[in-house]
Amino acid sequence: MNTPHHDPDYNFGYLDEQTKRMVRRALLKAIAIPGYQVPFGSREMPLARGWGTGGIQITAALIGPADTLKVIDQGADDTTNAVSIRRFFERVSGVATTELTEDATIIQTRHRIPEKPLEAGQILVYQVPQPEPLRKLEPSEAETRKMHAWAEYGGMYVRLYEDIARYGHVATTYSYPVLVNGRYVMSPTPIPKFDNPKMDDMPALQLFGAGREKRIYAIPPYTSVKSLDFEDHPFTVQSWTEPCALCAANDSYLDEVITDDRGGRMFVCSDSSYCEDRRAKGHVGKELATAEALAYVGHVEGGSDVA
Amino acid sequence: MYVAVKGGEAAILATHDLVAEERRGDVSVPELSVAQIREQMQLAVARVMNEGSLYDEDLSALALKQAQGDMIEAAFLMRAYRTTLPRFGSSVPLDTSNMAIRRRISATYKDLPGGQVLGPTYDYTHRLFDFALMASGEAPEAQTSADRLDAAMPRVPDILGDEGLMEAELPPEGDPRPFDLTRDPIEFPADRDVRLQTLARGDEGFLLGLAYSVQRGFGGNHPFAGEIRLGEVAVEFVPEELGFAVDLGDITLTECQMVNQFQGSKDQPPQFTRGYGLSFGHAERKAMSMAILDRSLKAREFGEAADYPAQQEEFVLYHADNVEASGFVEHLKLPHYVDFQGELELLRKIRREQEERAATMKEAAE
Repeated sequence: MNTPHHDPDYNFGYLDEQTKRMVRRALLKAIAIPGYQVPFGSREMPLARGWGTGGIQITAALIGPADTLKVIDQGADDTTNAVSIRRFFERVSGVATTELTEDATIIQTRHRIPEKPLEAGQILVYQVPQPEPLRKLEPSEAETRKMHAWAEYGGMYVRLYEDIARYGHVATTYSYPVLVNGRYVMSPTPIPKFDNPKMDDMPALQLFGAGREKRIYAIPPYTSVKSLDFEDHPFTVQSWTEPCALCAANDSYLDEVITDDRGGRMFVCSDSSYCEDRRAKGHVGKELATAEALAYVGHVEGGSDVA
Repeated sequence: MYVAVKGGEAAILATHDLVAEERRGDVSVPELSVAQIREQMQLAVARVMNEGSLYDEDLSALALKQAQGDMIEAAFLMRAYRTTLPRFGSSVPLDTSNMAIRRRISATYKDLPGGQVLGPTYDYTHRLFDFALMASGEAPEAQTSADRLDAAMPRVPDILGDEGLMEAELPPEGDPRPFDLTRDPIEFPADRDVRLQTLARGDEGFLLGLAYSVQRGFGGNHPFAGEIRLGEVAVEFVPEELGFAVDLGDITLTECQMVNQFQGSKDQPPQFTRGYGLSFGHAERKAMSMAILDRSLKAREFGEAADYPAQQEEFVLYHADNVEASGFVEHLKLPHYVDFQGELELLRKIRREQEERAATMKEAAE
């Protein structure tokens, strides 16, 4: 954790106060209508479209000097774009940053929800590439807005049904559509469907920013979020036959790591903070030693990282 | 304690150093100055100003230097900087009929008031390498005519308009302040101000390809280049506390007005319709493409079938922005392994189930 001061060449949080107010208004509207996509005057940011500009604008509009920020991509704090976004906020806001889920007041994420349950008072900011869950059914924005207005979601169920008929399963493994507060079908962003149940009744506030598509949406705390399914084909999440190779967790989402060119692989927690925390508490996965030998994980003494 | 190796931060910083070194290239070759780019790469500077939506030749030249000549990266730098600029008001509408003309041509009239002014153009050059440019030191000087250009240079659509043959161009009722694409999200159906702003910052290559598709038959219009003009136009601003217009300076503009046939409808007699293109600096290809697309996107207003991509406004306006497009296409470089793991798991599961089913059926058959 560090607390550098913010770059005086830029306003605190990069955006000017008028723009922050515009974003906050959109956020309030989004919270008032859970799951509804609110158009907003998305600004062009110094990071590329598709690289988190929606989430960055929400974080920039919310962040205050007392906040502690965590940024993850694929569940991990050390992925390149998470590092880049964290560095951006260190520069333009100077707020404290952390890798510990429980220490963060704002968590900006791409593609994951942390394994550790979030608490009331925390804010989870999702980066959204495509906010429209119906886009694959209907390319026109004018049409999909009407479909939402009329709650015309039959086509979505037909699509899920066709998957079951063809493959025996719903072939959507991420961006799995959800129904928010019994009204709007919403894209949970490309999180794995494994994370969908965490959204339901979550004590933390969930905010979604799509910078390129210029939309903001939200799920207020303790709101019903149901993954679309059928009575005879209930929604299920991914499962693995083995626990995390590093920390032996059997309740986390696992990434596959290729360890050699002879088909060797191991499965490890995608949430790096969760995995580190477990290992610090003495949990040892069966391939931790191998991982250390491959320098996939380093042995740390005295708190400094060994790369 | 054990932690995942943190290669990210150090590696990112190292890429910044590497790109700086590559940008400089061979240090035995003198470094380019921003002024050299501004003066000697004017067309590139203009393109970056157009796609970056900011008229500033020095910053555009700096963007080109910083981006190693990558136009889209340079436009991106301009856009990101533009976000931080305060907005203190809107200028008085520019009057291009009062342009200080450097070039003005019409393809619809052999001669017209003010005449044809060729000005600087590559149109009649032979595309043969000028190897003399490999050496340096020349300061070419062009001979210009002693005759002054006519003071009056009427715009061609205005001439046709006087005869009633041209679609009238009137501001919308109440002449509201135009939409600002950079402050408000685009909504559909989009009005013409939204369309023209989007096209003005749109990628030249994308617009060119779509305009070409209209000409080749993926669209119903046959455009005539009514007029193309290049020159300087004064930007005026009325500060509230003064109440009268103040000249802020001149900007260079290229304006293109395309003239298109229109069959007429039960309400309207047959007449010519217009397509409008305007760009910063000398950018004729961009202005012409924009004018063709402005017209093709009027399909809805004229009750024409919108069968082709260039007539479909969501398609054209959503995809013309190269900074947004490159961001999203290139975001595929970001890690996607969490989602990929989900796909892997599903694919393995489906194949396992199929194999099991096949084995069961084989057993049953034996």
